[in-house]
Amino acid sequence: MLPKDLTPASFAAYPPEARQLATKQIALLQRLPLVFVPLLLRELIVYDWKFPSERADLDRQFSWLSNLSPAAFETAMSDFTRLKTTPALELTDWVNNPGIFSEQLSAQLWATHQIDSFRKAAVDYVEKSSAPPETLPTHRLGIAVIGQGSDTSAGPLFRKLRPHGVHFTQVKSTAGLQQLLAAVASRAKAHPAPYAHWYIDGGAALTTSGGVTQVSYNALSPLRNTLQTRMQKAYEAPVFDPEAFRTMLAQIKPEETGLAGDSVLNRFQLSLLTEGSGTQVFATTFVQWAAREALRRAQPLTLLTRFAPRQREKQMNELLAERQRKPDLDPQGSLIDADMGAYYNWINQQRLPGDKESAFLAWFEDHNEAVAIAPALERGKRSDSPIDLAHLIEQLA
Amino acid sequence: MRLADLQGRAAHEISQAISLSRRNFLRTVTGAACLGAPVLNAMVAAKNRKAVIVTFGGGARDEETFMPDGQENIPHLLHELMPQATFFTNVVNKGILGHYVATASIVTGVYETFNNFAAVSPNNPTVFEYFRKDLKRPATDAWVVAPSNGFARIGESGHKLYGPGLGAGVILPKRLLSAALSANSDGAQYQHLLRDNYETPLYAPSLTGRQIELEQMAQVLKLSVDDFATHARSLVSPDELSVYIAKQLMRQLSPSLLWVTLHDIDIAHSGAFSLYLDGIKRSDRLCAELWQTIQKDPEYANRTTMFILPDFGRDSDIESGGNGFQHHRTGDALSRTTWMMVLGPGVKQNTVIDRPTESTDLIPTLGAYFGFDARMSTGKPIAEVA
Repeated sequence: MLPKDLTPASFAAYPPEARQLATKQIALLQRLPLVFVPLLLRELIVYDWKFPSERADLDRQFSWLSNLSPAAFETAMSDFTRLKTTPALELTDWVNNPGIFSEQLSAQLWATHQIDSFRKAAVDYVEKSSAPPETLPTHRLGIAVIGQGSDTSAGPLFRKLRPHGVHFTQVKSTAGLQQLLAAVASRAKAHPAPYAHWYIDGGAALTTSGGVTQVSYNALSPLRNTLQTRMQKAYEAPVFDPEAFRTMLAQIKPEETGLAGDSVLNRFQLSLLTEGSGTQVFATTFVQWAAREALRRAQPLTLLTRFAPRQREKQMNELLAERQRKPDLDPQGSLIDADMGAYYNWINQQRLPGDKESAFLAWFEDHNEAVAIAPALERGKRSDSPIDLAHLIEQLA
Repeated sequence: MRLADLQGRAAHEISQAISLSRRNFLRTVTGAACLGAPVLNAMVAAKNRKAVIVTFGGGARDEETFMPDGQENIPHLLHELMPQATFFTNVVNKGILGHYVATASIVTGVYETFNNFAAVSPNNPTVFEYFRKDLKRPATDAWVVAPSNGFARIGESGHKLYGPGLGAGVILPKRLLSAALSANSDGAQYQHLLRDNYETPLYAPSLTGRQIELEQMAQVLKLSVDDFATHARSLVSPDELSVYIAKQLMRQLSPSLLWVTLHDIDIAHSGAFSLYLDGIKRSDRLCAELWQTIQKDPEYANRTTMFILPDFGRDSDIESGGNGFQHHRTGDALSRTTWMMVLGPGVKQNTVIDRPTESTDLIPTLGAYFGFDARMSTGKPIAEVA
């Protein structure tokens, strides 16, 4: 099947809002090259469960493509059109399974040394179709709390963040986490919007106020157990097909796993565990990946992440059997993981619009060490003066 | 160089920048020169030469190795091996960045294009086949010690002019240990050595290659199953098990061509940064151990060249399509650009070479070193060490 053959009936299996949008944009979809249109459909097919900023982005892409002159449209798609594909790709059900098409396309692009050309085409497209940065209701704030359960650090902390802000060595805190949560709640109250303020915890989450989207590793324990059972079965099977396994994971629905309530958030949480690597077994990886995905997809104004100790490295079938035993934790290794995770949180925050005004705080939980990054703070400085965590977060929030 | 400075630059510019950073840092740490130092040893006759190749399956990035913050992770490479080595700062892998297919590409000198997770032989002749067929070497003279069951077919190709019977013996230590444990009951104590694949953790390939089995191991390595299992108990990782087997091979058979692929670093796919660093530190230590073994063994000392190279890099922190150190999926310049360290008689010491080379150049280089013709390789001999 080729794009020109698309009809409204092609999207009969799509969820309601996705089907409506696809039908509305069908004339445009018919004009797009085969290499490109499934990539767009991969986003469109989950439109019903997308965050507001993702919907806005997809709407903007359709608008941008629709408004191009015929010549500009041809130019915009020319790099994709030039990529060579096999007839076998045309035979796949790329309308209903655009993800599988993407995987097969990716394998083919690598095998035929076209992956670099594809990357360039994709980067160019994203740059051109992106809208000018919008004005945010307030600056972004990222907070990373690391080191839960660690008494000391074996090496210097925050080495990658320090050059970008002030390294505080005498941070005083009592109930520091509650102070940080209060700052998040305050921002949520002052700038209410769906999925604009997040709290992600690698263990058991503390109570937050309304208006804060909350995700925690412990709360997803039933879901992780369900997935781990399926993964373990696959792991122990005599023959294992990795592609079929990935497809199986991708096709799991939230309702099959006991998740109820917010369907958008449920889909997001499920994706963290079915699409992330290591998120199913390591709490530190879960928090870092969840933060990356929340920033990339929901573009929150506020993101508080709290890293918790992960279980020690073991053979995969043991890791997957976490539910059957009390996990043996690795606080020191987890602190190193979280230190890097905090750095990645900051990088991912800085990729979003408003990066010049954004602020970031990384704090060694229940210790006196932190790094703060903000436009008003000098870069690469160290402060040995005592400072209250509450005062510090007040400056940044 | 700051990573942020690399944004928006062409791939070849980034490769050059990486190369220069490595050189500047090495000069600072080791005083390495760009011009050749005097040759250490007299040239060894080609027929007596041996080569040990160590690849890191699961690339290690500069930031965790050759950049200032990474220095603490590779003390052996920097302070013990580098002063004796020629170091190539700009080795580019232009192929598919999956560990089996990338290792197969290095082994054949051709960018192989098969599915990384398929249990298939390389399409093009391997270095082992050139070596054995051209030089009429026996099967016991070429061996591969591989980390993952997926590497079972790395020893010989499916090429009609070479192929079955002309390749290297492949030892999969984890496979052997697993078999040894099935005869014993205390398998739980060895589970940490049996993790097979980090890239797709649940991948369990079918074993259809020419890998050595448990009974053969006992015969070939003169190592009883009980001794093997007992020693394995004292090891902390799969790579330690591989190096242990490699040393047994060297002691018992003294192969002229020995290929060891380390794999612990690839734990990075789990997203745990500390485990990735542990893998780098272990690889660093094991490379030094292998070099020390070479120097102490009369069959190898003064006639062996060791090549150490990652199969490729990992994604950069600034590449938005990736997730930093965790994967090698973006195909960006940092994930393609890596390095190679070469030590041995006739190799200039403490020398840094900046000019670009490719992963596929290794096999023609080994051809020039041993005296065989890697006729189907697309690479070129590296003159500085060929």
